Amino acid sequence: MDEVDKDKVDALFHALADRTRRDILRRVLAEEHSVSQLAAKYEMSFAAVQKHVGVLEKAGLLTKRRSGREQLASGDVQAVRSVAAMLTELEHVWRGRIARIDALIAAELDSASDPPQEDRPCP
Amino acid sequence: MPVTDVQHDLDTLTLTITADFAAPVRRIWQIYADPRQLEKVWGPPSYPATVVDHDLVPGGRTTYYMTGPEGDKHAGYWLITTVDEPHGFTFDDGFADLDFNPLPEMPVSKNDFTFVEHDGGTRAVYVSTYASAGALQQVLDMGIVEGASLAINQIDNLIAS
Repeated sequence: MDEVDKDKVDALFHALADRTRRDILRRVLAEEHSVSQLAAKYEMSFAAVQKHVGVLEKAGLLTKRRSGREQLASGDVQAVRSVAAMLTELEHVWRGRIARIDALIAAELDSASDPPQEDRPCP
Repeated sequence: MPVTDVQHDLDTLTLTITADFAAPVRRIWQIYADPRQLEKVWGPPSYPATVVDHDLVPGGRTTYYMTGPEGDKHAGYWLITTVDEPHGFTFDDGFADLDFNPLPEMPVSKNDFTFVEHDGGTRAVYVSTYASAGALQQVLDMGIVEGASLAINQIDNLIAS
């Protein structure tokens, strides 16, 4: 991956790392919403919701258009479903597993001087 | 970080991840052979895995479920296809109902894990292949996106600690 791709992936994961943003994305993928409609769904300020929408937009996951005084947001299905993005999501699942194996091994090395605590019968 | 290489093959829908662990091959094998250790690493912290049956032999079946933050359960199974203890194994990973009956309409991924000695530790290569982009999408729709984001947070915590 070149630097541009890496930046894109960083933006994508930053955008998806927040529960509210994932929820907003789910809504705007289903249908176009105005930012004020979205803001009404959450117990946070209009400005905070607008900021979340901005992060999703920057990651290329949604697009905004203006209609009168309203800003309308809709999810970019193509961006969300691109195979590359999907493989990247899976990659992070695997990275999580690998990090947990690493942590498990490291925890053992730390307690190597302790007596074994998990004696269980071998199958 | 132990991950040393990642390959995305967009044509064959294959993800290949290489990681180096500071432990012997036999130790890495044990993590996969022991259901109590396997469940510690399989599910992200907010979707912890519980391994119910586990038999790491050719034709063996593993059943597991992951429990979400709302108490929601998502079951899956492994069908072990080949075993080369302690150097690796291959298996199909699919979704199941809560009685562990495979859900035939759901996608199945083919997985190939190998562990070889490398610089006094273990080099692990994980290869995971999906049949179609639709299958990949379904897997992600099943809540893996949630799991992935949580796993990312956990990685961040590990790095920060």
